[in-house]
Amino acid sequence: MKIGVLVNEGPYQHQASDSAYLFCRAAIEAGHEIDRVFFYHDGVNNATRFTEPPQDDRNVVVRWAKLAEEHGVDLVVCVAAALRRGIVDDVLAKGFRISGLGQLVESAIRSDRLVVFGD
Amino acid sequence: MEAGSVRKFMFVNRKAPYGTIYALEGLEVVLISAAFDQDVSLAFLDDGVYQLLKGQDTKAIEEKNFSPTYRALEDYDVDKLFVERESLEARGLTPADLLVDAKVVPAAELAALMDSTDVLISF
Repeated sequence: MKIGVLVNEGPYQHQASDSAYLFCRAAIEAGHEIDRVFFYHDGVNNATRFTEPPQDDRNVVVRWAKLAEEHGVDLVVCVAAALRRGIVDDVLAKGFRISGLGQLVESAIRSDRLVVFGD
Repeated sequence: MEAGSVRKFMFVNRKAPYGTIYALEGLEVVLISAAFDQDVSLAFLDDGVYQLLKGQDTKAIEEKNFSPTYRALEDYDVDKLFVERESLEARGLTPADLLVDAKVVPAAELAALMDSTDVLISF
């Protein structure tokens, strides 16, 4: 199955990003395809490479970046939501790219399911 | 799905218009999906019904009053607006309090509408 994913919350403050990541990993392991992960609202804060959690905690940003590197998952950050929150190309972690909301709608159209993670 | 295909999108608005940014940024997605010529409908429930309240005045909180955008949705061919009756009644509101012509439906009917939708996005 081809699956699009929408992440609406930032890292650490909210579990949405963790749940989305674990869902993506499980879906890939089960043989499904993650068409794209789209980051919206405070979800854009998942993309900043300046995130430095304590050593004994999981690194949410690096985890997403690894998923992109190992499985070619397309990580897209909404440009309008990003600009509002100071997320620009210079602060992006590896594997993320900034683009428009059309990328979310496009993924929703061509995927079998769109799964939303947020409040 | 093939390129050029039309899917049924439903945007579920559950939060008050101010206090958090969900309603404002959610509306942006509605407008973009309409530009993709999709079959778009909106549902308002829980505190989301406040998004459609007449006479919003945001001067005192120094935020943009974006409620006129709901009236402009028709220009984007988005004219299927549903309001959950239970949410409206629980807040002491009636259809006359709303700034758009939305269809008030009971929760069970809204659930059936959601069931017949391809893409459900909740903000």
